[in-house]
Amino acid sequence: MLCQICGKNDATVEFTEIINEEVKQLQLCDGCAKKKGVEMEQHFSIADFLASISDTSGGPDASAPGASLKCEKCGMTFGEFQKIGKFGCGDCYLAFRKSLLPLIKRIHGSTRHTGKTKDPGSPDLRHTLQRKLQRAIDTEEFEEAARLRDEIRDLDKDPGGK
Amino acid sequence: MTLDDLWNGTGEWLKGSGPDSDIVMSSRIRLARNLDKYPFPHWADAGQLEGVISDFMAAYEHLDLLKGALFIRMGELDSLEKQMLIERHLVSREHAFRPEHKAVLISDREIISIMVNEEDHLRIQVLQSGLNLMDTWKLADRIEEELGHHLDFAYSPEAGYLTCCPTNIGTGLRASCMVHLPALVMTKQAGRIIQAIGKLGMTARGLFGEGTESYGNFFQISNQVTLGHPEEDTVDNLGRMIKQIIEQENAARDAVFANQRLLLEDRMTRSLEELKNAKLISTEEALNLLSTIRLGADLGIIKGVDRDMLNSLFIQIQPAHLQKKEGKQLSAEERDAVRADFISHKFNLTDKS
Repeated sequence: MLCQICGKNDATVEFTEIINEEVKQLQLCDGCAKKKGVEMEQHFSIADFLASISDTSGGPDASAPGASLKCEKCGMTFGEFQKIGKFGCGDCYLAFRKSLLPLIKRIHGSTRHTGKTKDPGSPDLRHTLQRKLQRAIDTEEFEEAARLRDEIRDLDKDPGGK
Repeated sequence: MTLDDLWNGTGEWLKGSGPDSDIVMSSRIRLARNLDKYPFPHWADAGQLEGVISDFMAAYEHLDLLKGALFIRMGELDSLEKQMLIERHLVSREHAFRPEHKAVLISDREIISIMVNEEDHLRIQVLQSGLNLMDTWKLADRIEEELGHHLDFAYSPEAGYLTCCPTNIGTGLRASCMVHLPALVMTKQAGRIIQAIGKLGMTARGLFGEGTESYGNFFQISNQVTLGHPEEDTVDNLGRMIKQIIEQENAARDAVFANQRLLLEDRMTRSLEELKNAKLISTEEALNLLSTIRLGADLGIIKGVDRDMLNSLFIQIQPAHLQKKEGKQLSAEERDAVRADFISHKFNLTDKS
């Protein structure tokens, strides 16, 4: 069977599209499936979502001044971020922080990480381990509890090292 | 492990074992992590992307958990093989369609897979059979922690792990379960439940993730929020939600079994006959019939069908898997014929054993 888009190459991929609850199945060649994949991705773009929420989030913080912010590490501007909906690097978060917080709040309902921490020896890590230990005891997973107890003991002995 | 081992084997998650595996096919944890020293993949140049790959390779070799895992550069696979990885839920479409400077590491029995240079530098995935979220999380957590001994992840104390898309920052955690809800669909309650899930900060999608239809009455249910909740809470909340869905599905099964037994038996025996005798069958049709058989086996109406075989079929009948098995590219109609033949062979074999 030939590709249902270009009509030239053999169809190798079964492609399912759902538009307004209508399911359409297409038999496509590799090239056209690839293009379709890209289209779909653009269709569901997070950028549109970001644009739509920054429009409505209002307030003086979220408006124009942010657009000129620039990440020194990777060179991305806040304007570029708004357009593509993706950060350029980890440092973008700090560079755009002020303009970003209303968006983050809209997406997650919070702006503060309370999960796993990276720095060994930080009080947060001890806290996390302690919480895991309590959970292991509650669920009677004693092997896991013993492992966590040892980990906490090591941490208390040598708070900086790994 | 070699590529051939991979193609010849099946994933642990298809085993059909583990708690509540009649309704919950699999539990999955995904963690997004980035290396602090490089820009995110879409913003990085070729040299930086190769840097990510070599840093990752140097790091994972230290991990006992990943001993013997298969490292694949996406560019080295042909288009069928890439499609097979999608069909097995080991890589995303994006990862397969734009293979340059992308890689994937796959562990024994496909329990652990790590995509390199997808949207984030690392996407760590752990996939297990049945309702097993907390254990699955613990394994993902351990791998992440051990990789973190050798790699410096992008992180801020305020926003947690920094990811390419703001929807993933914080924990970078996506927990999900693939659930089979034929009775809720049959009794037209699935829509209502999916709406309720949405209101609680979780989402439901089809069998193959974003933008796909819920073929065969399978739904993937996952958390959406990644900031402001500890990982265990996110995993725990999802687990509770899944337990409620299981209860609802079981109640719906009891109801149809009690009130429409004859109708059920009729539909199931017909589906089985159709699968045994069809000459042409599309993926969608096959998935829907297999879903009915799966329910029939769960309810004891259809006897002697092995869940392991049934689960594997959901993957083996996909277009790329069929073509790989035949050793050549096939047109859609040829595929429908091969699919029908393959399925009928499997079921007639079950009859004889």
